[in-house]
Amino acid sequence: MRIRVNHQWYELAEVPGEMLADLLRYRLGLTGTKIGCNEAECGACTVLVDGEAVLSCTFPAAKADGREVLTIEGLMAEIASLGHTHQPPGLEALHPLQQAFVLYGAVQCGFCIPGQIMASYALLKKNPVPGEDEVRQALKDTLCRCGGYPSIIRAVLAAARSMQSGEALTLPTEPHPTSPTHVVGHPHIRPDAIEKVCGTARFTDDLSFEGMLHARVKRAGVPHAILKRLDVEAARALPGVVCVLTAEDIPGEHNHGLVIYDWPIMVGIGERVRYVGDALAIVAAESREIATQALDLIQAEWEPLPVVVDPVQARQPQAPQLHASGNLLKHIKVRKGDVEQGFAQADLLLEHTFYTPMTDHAFIEPECSLARPLPDGRMEVYVGSQIPYADRHQVARALGWPPERVRIVGQTMGGGFGGKEDIAGQIHAALLAHATGRPVKLLFDRHESLLVHPKRHATQIKVRLGARRDGRLLAVQTELYGDTGAYASLGEKVMTRATTHSTGPYDLPHARADCYAMYTNNPPAGAFRGFGVTQSAFAIESMMDMLAHELHLDPVEIRRLNALRVGSVTNTGQLLTESVGLLECLDRLEEELKRVAGDQPFRPRVVPGAEHLRRAWGVAAAFKNTGLGGGAPDKAGAEVELFSDGTFEVRTSSAELGQGLVTVLRMIVAEEFSVPPERVRVLVMDTDLTPDGGPTTASRQTFVTGNAALYAARTLRQAVASTIAEKFDQPPESVRFVEGLAQVNGHSIPLGDVVAMLRAEGREPRALYEYWAPATQPLGEGGDMHFAYAFAAQAAEVEVNLKTGEVRVLCVISALDVGRAINPLGLQGQVEGGVMMGLGNALTEEFIVEEGVVFTDRLARYRIPSIIHTPQIIPIIVEHPTREGPYGAKGIGEIVSIPTTPAITNAIYHACGVRVDRLPVDQEKILAALAIASSGKEV
Amino acid sequence: MPLWKKYHLARSIDDALALLEQSEAPSRVIAGGTDLLLDLQQSRHEPVHTLVDITHIPELSVIEMRGEELFIGAAVPLNRVISSKLVAEHAHAVLEAARLIGGPQVRNTATLGGNVAHALPAGDGTIALLCLDAHAEIAHRQGVHRQSIESLFLAPGRSALHPRNELLVGFYIPARRPGEASVFQRVMRPQGVAIAILNMGVWLKRLGNRIQEVRISIGPAGPTPRRAYQAEKALAQQPLTSEVLQGAITALLAEVSFRTSPHRATKDYRRQMAAQLLEETLTRAWQRSARNA
Repeated sequence: MRIRVNHQWYELAEVPGEMLADLLRYRLGLTGTKIGCNEAECGACTVLVDGEAVLSCTFPAAKADGREVLTIEGLMAEIASLGHTHQPPGLEALHPLQQAFVLYGAVQCGFCIPGQIMASYALLKKNPVPGEDEVRQALKDTLCRCGGYPSIIRAVLAAARSMQSGEALTLPTEPHPTSPTHVVGHPHIRPDAIEKVCGTARFTDDLSFEGMLHARVKRAGVPHAILKRLDVEAARALPGVVCVLTAEDIPGEHNHGLVIYDWPIMVGIGERVRYVGDALAIVAAESREIATQALDLIQAEWEPLPVVVDPVQARQPQAPQLHASGNLLKHIKVRKGDVEQGFAQADLLLEHTFYTPMTDHAFIEPECSLARPLPDGRMEVYVGSQIPYADRHQVARALGWPPERVRIVGQTMGGGFGGKEDIAGQIHAALLAHATGRPVKLLFDRHESLLVHPKRHATQIKVRLGARRDGRLLAVQTELYGDTGAYASLGEKVMTRATTHSTGPYDLPHARADCYAMYTNNPPAGAFRGFGVTQSAFAIESMMDMLAHELHLDPVEIRRLNALRVGSVTNTGQLLTESVGLLECLDRLEEELKRVAGDQPFRPRVVPGAEHLRRAWGVAAAFKNTGLGGGAPDKAGAEVELFSDGTFEVRTSSAELGQGLVTVLRMIVAEEFSVPPERVRVLVMDTDLTPDGGPTTASRQTFVTGNAALYAARTLRQAVASTIAEKFDQPPESVRFVEGLAQVNGHSIPLGDVVAMLRAEGREPRALYEYWAPATQPLGEGGDMHFAYAFAAQAAEVEVNLKTGEVRVLCVISALDVGRAINPLGLQGQVEGGVMMGLGNALTEEFIVEEGVVFTDRLARYRIPSIIHTPQIIPIIVEHPTREGPYGAKGIGEIVSIPTTPAITNAIYHACGVRVDRLPVDQEKILAALAIASSGKEV
Repeated sequence: MPLWKKYHLARSIDDALALLEQSEAPSRVIAGGTDLLLDLQQSRHEPVHTLVDITHIPELSVIEMRGEELFIGAAVPLNRVISSKLVAEHAHAVLEAARLIGGPQVRNTATLGGNVAHALPAGDGTIALLCLDAHAEIAHRQGVHRQSIESLFLAPGRSALHPRNELLVGFYIPARRPGEASVFQRVMRPQGVAIAILNMGVWLKRLGNRIQEVRISIGPAGPTPRRAYQAEKALAQQPLTSEVLQGAITALLAEVSFRTSPHRATKDYRRQMAAQLLEETLTRAWQRSARNA
């Protein structure tokens, strides 16, 4: 067949069963086209065929015979026809759509971006001046899990204006700088944005090595059983299969785990299968198809066991015990004062139980690991991972090697959100590479990704609350059950955060919380943006509104009355001494709410001309720790080096998963040396080349690694200053750094020239700094459990259809105390994405497991929010700097998402009187509750 | 096993029929493939030997008036259906349904022929065609014949089309005359698969203040897409008053059978939505018919 791809004809043999995406990626090496789901759901694979956007993952390659295909790699050639004269500097070679995506901050992890741009390009070809609604319609099936939909819309509209007028792209007017200094506080574009819009950014599956094998994993498929027999001989005999390994072939330790080593790398004969995703055998073959075929030839025999389906059942004495330690992973306790005394003093007592489901991260890039044995006996593993050093440790442990013999080489990561902290395919790929001596790639398809990786914990949360008539909280008691699934993962930590945050961001004399984190036969649950607080905030923030309703108090006022403030003591006994911006968040939120919605935002309003549509606002507040806390040593290393061309490099193993750490680090170093940020390169996630930055979790990297980069830069700056000072015989304090120059006593020395001066003194032009965050105390011991907290207050406007129960979110106002905004552009992306993820948590997402079997095993069954669901999002940035944070910054990755769900469900209550206590919101249940209410019975 | 061994781009109806008949079994017709390819990829359909792609056959790719009828080729991609003035004029329900299917990428390949051939009980395109009294043109080695699309559905996912001998060429829809109008509407839920909880098509002919004639299609309300004949009867020759509407709702709920689909919708919710949809679609069709008078 003949296909013209990006203006070039190719003569290609027809391959049976081949889709266009595979042909482009694996035969032509055009890896800019991404495969996110392989089931026509996510749109990442969008290319143009004869000018029309199609999903190349489900477009037979043979169908493109004789036709013209345009991929992201071919887009730049299209700009010649535009005849633009003025272009944004540095982006001259890019198409206006690519320029706009970069400049408007529409790029985060970048995995969906080629699809977004190609779908937008197809729109603009047909409709050169689209309205916002037409952009939404065009991108309705092109998913962005980073949730940057508002920025994407702005970018497409800006590009359209530029293409139409022939003028240079108009630069965004938002976000405004916040407390700007030289670099910090000004919006800056991501260093990796350009390669992401061009399709040249390398994600793990985009890599290929000579002689590379393809691996697949035989999964148990049953939730609870003893493995009696496993026959892999037929799979071994299949032509093209190079290696099949089972548990007995593991040279080192047999279990992995981030905290507890309880997760078998493969389940051995006579051992227990604890969930459907457990691995039994791993296969490496000459092609992915052969490896897949081999899986069907592996025969297993079981002794089936009764299934533990939920955490409440797991705690019953007669429940089957899943681990030697039993089913209880941890009983977590919070005690402050005496809740019984508080309840006795209360004018009003309320009690209610809330339920939240498991949810999936649904990062658009599925997990991929590529292991490559080196001639010197070492092993390299290419992977997008949130904790490279933990990967190194765990891979080495499985191989029975010292950690230094393994190198983790982090790749551009297509989203993580906590779901790329645990081991996915790293160990399996390394075991097969070790056994075969060849590079081995292990790529999960979406189905496998949904089955295997840890989820957000499903919870049941009972809240009992006592308050005075004036709204003052006296006591809150909570009981939480958390479903940590088959293995511990980070379950204990997650449920600890859920528990300590379960009484909300409020100052109260009496608190008591008990949490039971339980093992079950469901997929494991672990880290997921919000880290347990997403669940408990839904419970307590719903209760706060129920309390306000009972007492006829304003929802903002009741929160203001009880809000944590400087001088408050938290439920874990921590005295807050600074950086508690919740009151200002509430004030600014209320101000904006009144501006947007008038004086009665919580009263239901009928939509004119549509009697059955009711609109109202709801609010919620939240707090979230920055950093690991609870007594865990929290440290990060970073190294900063100056080069003779005047550029810098900052190195740390901390992970860039789309959230924007690389921009933050480059800006910090640029700030310290007063150089343009473009002069600073950032190298992350390589265990040979970068110092350990610790796990990228707990909203900690801006603070911890940010500080490591800050102090490394200052150390290097001092070295530079003292060298120059000595040479010119001036005091080091008199050396000034201005625009890439060091100035002293009328002399200006380009920074690059200092490299030779340092070397001449026998000093290296670099500095390594290991930053240790302030010590914290374990839960139960009082004192500072965390070194900082971020705060938020959000308001959401919903529209409820009284005839169908359907709910739409129209607008979200998000007020956030971030300490200090380092990069307002990156922050904007986090705010938008956080709201979208909270909205999905409220309205669309439910990971369903029935008797241990996953029902939502395809993206088609697990729906994440699209651009169609995207409300107007109004960010309000509040800055209460924390002394220890870099320039006052604290972590914001999670707080941006936490209050959204309860703000939405509280708004639903205000709109139609139905209290949602079980997520996700179910339109059928809303309608049923409305029917009961209108029949006069109690809701 | 590859999902298919041979992929043929048929150039004519005869070419397609010959390929289907002569190729090694199993062979299947493929148009946009938005359902079939996923069924193959996710092992709901066994791998096939030959796929016969019919999207390059000129007769299957036209939208045109043929006498007093609108003809929509079975392999016309939905985006062309949506932008067609003829479809907007004569088959508004089809336009409204097509607009709701998938996103633009899917609509650039998906076809009405595929929607009908897949025979799902609540295919949006199918339900819209059904209320318009569309007839399918089917080609076979001996020639062509026409049959009502209602007669094409045997069971969920099973069509009466013979997979190796017959080819769906397109759909004939009576040209719209003054006082006639059609509407399509559906109810979705935001969780889970993007298939309607309930969808409905209504075509009606208005004469003065009365409904002269009406056709109502609904899905999923049984194993196959279906008409609501009793509800139609309750409305025919009646003014659209609230009593008449109530009577039609009662008739509709008596004649259709809803079921509970786990994680999607209960039977009760579907009953409520059916009443709701009937009221809304009828009202909209009634208003539109006044404009079309």
